[in-house]
Amino acid sequence: MKNCLVVDDSKVIRKVARHILESLDLTVSEAVDGQDALTQCEASPPDVVLLDWNMPVMSGMEFLQALSSAKMAARPKIIFCTTENGISHIKAAVEAGADEYVMKPFDRETLESKLAIVGVI
Amino acid sequence: MPLPPEGAAAFQGAARILSGLLEARTGQVLSEGRAWRMETALRPVLRAHGFQTIDDLAATLLRKRDPRLDEDVVNALLNNESSFFRDLQIFDMIHRQILPRIREERQDRTLRIWSAGCSTGQEAYSLAIRLRNDAERWQGWRIEILATDISTAAIEQARSGIFSQMDVQRGLAVGDLIKWFEPHGEDWRANPELRRMIDFRRDNLFDPRAPSGEYDLLLCRNVLLYFTPERRGAVLRLLGRHSHAGSVLLLGAGETVIGQGDDFLPHPDFRGGYASKALMAHCAGGSVRRAG
Repeated sequence: MKNCLVVDDSKVIRKVARHILESLDLTVSEAVDGQDALTQCEASPPDVVLLDWNMPVMSGMEFLQALSSAKMAARPKIIFCTTENGISHIKAAVEAGADEYVMKPFDRETLESKLAIVGVI
Repeated sequence: MPLPPEGAAAFQGAARILSGLLEARTGQVLSEGRAWRMETALRPVLRAHGFQTIDDLAATLLRKRDPRLDEDVVNALLNNESSFFRDLQIFDMIHRQILPRIREERQDRTLRIWSAGCSTGQEAYSLAIRLRNDAERWQGWRIEILATDISTAAIEQARSGIFSQMDVQRGLAVGDLIKWFEPHGEDWRANPELRRMIDFRRDNLFDPRAPSGEYDLLLCRNVLLYFTPERRGAVLRLLGRHSHAGSVLLLGAGETVIGQGDDFLPHPDFRGGYASKALMAHCAGGSVRRAG
């Protein structure tokens, strides 16, 4: 079973995402910010990270930059999942190494589609 | 809340009239599941034309001919569900197997594709994106993509190339979104280069005007399931008339040509694809050429 780390400072978003991801047969862990996510990734890298942009302590972009220099057995796929829906943000995320991008609000079909595109399901 | 018995009977009466109109105009038969969603689908039509109930609407349709009202009802009842790269494996097969075969075999360097029952156009745009992303291989080729649908509303949207944020997130990779779409208010619009690649036409599969000659790749996915067996046969005969020995037909998952006449057979090389019966006569003859 593949696993997904949901990184979002909103408890509601984490709960909604968990519900959808579990229904897609993924195991789910949660992080409340980029630093928490980095610690978890270094300890046990997930297959995919669903990553919010704006978070306290460490933002999604800062996490992405830190991840590139982190020592990990395998780099997880990164799917940004954010309210930053402008094309400049989307381009910046892709240039920084994001594999996919979800613009909030999202639904099951959107997440399923993006997970299929990055080859996780 | 369940309808009272007299309400249920009246609704069923109205539903019969409305589904009869849909069948007469499009050949589509409303399944029981879709019939019960009829009221929701028709709500915008009721509002736009000032009807209180579905019975008022049905009564007016019986009483007088109003082409605009007919059109709005039919557009509302048609299922226009679609998404980019719907069934990724099919697009992978098109990209990795079918198109390379066509490239090998077509001597006149012309690729003709027909997306029959294209709805709001995502299938045709997905094909155009794959072809443009692979532009080097198609250099010097003439590429024609015809996309037809019975719904005027769907074709208008397809032609505009405008899709909601939700639409572009279903099946479209972010790289393709950045490359081929532009922000359009709250929505996204396919860029002109992509839009120019596709000829969107409103057309009826039972009275076709748009298709001409033969197509190398025919997609008629999730269309046959709405028709009676007789009408499925008629559509396959039409598709057969616009196929040559090397054509490939793709249907939706769960749709088949088996038991629907002998115009197509399961393709010997492309799993889930269908070959024109003409292939069998030509398969020992080397290069496959289009007649028309």
